[in-house]
Amino acid sequence: MADTLQFELVSPERLLLSEQVEMVVVPGTDGYFGVLPKHAPVMSTLRPGVIDVYRGGTISQQYFVAAGFAEVNASGITVLVDEAVPVAEITRAKADERRALAQGMIDKAGSEGDKRKAADAMRVAEEMAAVAGRAN
Amino acid sequence: MPSLKDFRVRIASVQSTKKITSAMKMVAASKLRRAQEAAEAARPYAERMEKMLGNLAGSFKGQAGGPKMMSGTGKDDVHLVLVMTANRGLCGGFNSNIIRNARLLIRDLKDKGKQVKVLCVGRKGRDSLRRDYRDLIVDSFTEFARKRVAFVEAAEVATRVTEMFNAGQFDVCTMVYARFKSALTQVVSRQQIVPFPLPETSAAAVPYDYEPSDQEILEDLLPRNLAIQIFRSMLENAASEQGARMTAMDNATRNAGEMISGLTLKYNRTRQAMITKELIEIISGAEAV
Repeated sequence: MADTLQFELVSPERLLLSEQVEMVVVPGTDGYFGVLPKHAPVMSTLRPGVIDVYRGGTISQQYFVAAGFAEVNASGITVLVDEAVPVAEITRAKADERRALAQGMIDKAGSEGDKRKAADAMRVAEEMAAVAGRAN
Repeated sequence: MPSLKDFRVRIASVQSTKKITSAMKMVAASKLRRAQEAAEAARPYAERMEKMLGNLAGSFKGQAGGPKMMSGTGKDDVHLVLVMTANRGLCGGFNSNIIRNARLLIRDLKDKGKQVKVLCVGRKGRDSLRRDYRDLIVDSFTEFARKRVAFVEAAEVATRVTEMFNAGQFDVCTMVYARFKSALTQVVSRQQIVPFPLPETSAAAVPYDYEPSDQEILEDLLPRNLAIQIFRSMLENAASEQGARMTAMDNATRNAGEMISGLTLKYNRTRQAMITKELIEIISGAEAV
C-alpha cells in the first residue's frame, strides 16, 4: 500500500473530513497543486474550484470549495474553507441560481467593497457552473 | 373579598401561563442542545485557524510594519464596541447583563476621553442602547439566527468591521458577549478583536512556502479570523441565550406552580367559608322558627 497523509477539510460550521488519503489536489490561487505524503510545508490561499481526494489510485471524493486556505506540514494537509459542497450535489440549476444571485449583487453594488464582493461571488458561481457542466 | 369565580379565573389564567412557560422551557432545552452542538462543531476550524495564524506570525516576528489589523494603528483614540445580544427577550437577565456590561465599558471609555462607536448585533441591544447612545450607534444587525447561526451572517458583520477599520474609522474593537459555561451560568465577557492579540508561536516554526506570498495570505487570513471570532461569539451567545431562557422559564414554571397551589388553597378556604356561612344561615333560620 502506498504512503498516506492526513487530510482535513474544515468549514466554519463543522469538520467535514478527516482521514488518511493518498493524494489531494487543491485549487491554489496560483494554480492547482497536488499534495503527496512528505510534501514540503506550504501555505496557500485557495480560489473557487474542486478538491480531488485520491485513494487507491483513483479519485475517491471531490469537493467544490468557494474560498479558503490550505496548509501543508509534516503532519498532513489542512484545508480551511468557507463553503464546501460534494461535487455530486452540484447541479446546473444550483449554479444558475448562484449566478443570478451574484448578478443581483453586481447590479446593486455601490461601494468598492460591494463590487469586489459581488465579483467574487460571480467567480464562485461561474466556477460552479463549469463544474456542473463537466459533471453532467 | 374576591368571589369564587374570580379565583377560578385567576387559577385558569396562571395555569395557562404555566403551560406556556413550560413549553418554552422544553423548546429552549432542545434549541440549547443544538446550539451547543453547533458551537462544538465550529471549534476545529477556529483551532486550526489559530494554529495557522501562529505559524504565520512566526515569520513576521521582529518584523516591523505587519498588517495593521495585527499590530494596530498605533493609536487608541476611537473605540468600537460590538454589543452582541439576542433578538428576543424572555430569557432572564441574559440581555440586560450584556447591556449593563456594555454600558459600563462605554462609560469607562468616555471617562478616559476616548471616542466611542457602537455596533449592535441583536435587536435587544439596539433597542436598549438606542435610548441613551443613539448618536454612538453606527450600525446594527438584527436579521440573523432565524433558525441557527450561519457563518455568512458572522462574515457580514466582520466585513462591516473590516471596512470600517480600513477606512480608519476606529482603532480598537472590543466585543461584549455572553460566554456559555453551562445552562445555569453564562459569563458576560469582553474580547478585543482588533488589533488581534496573536497566539503564542511555537519555538520551532517550520519554514513554509507561501503562495502567493506571506503578506497576502496574512491580509486574507486576518479578516477571516475576525469573522471566525465573531462567529464563535455569536454561537456562544446563541447557546447562552437558550440556556438563560431555559433557566428563566424553569423558574417561571415553578413560580406559576407555587402561585397555583396558593390560589387553590385560598379558593378552597373561601369555598368552605361560604358553605359554613350558608349552613349557619339555614340553621339559625330554622332555630328562629
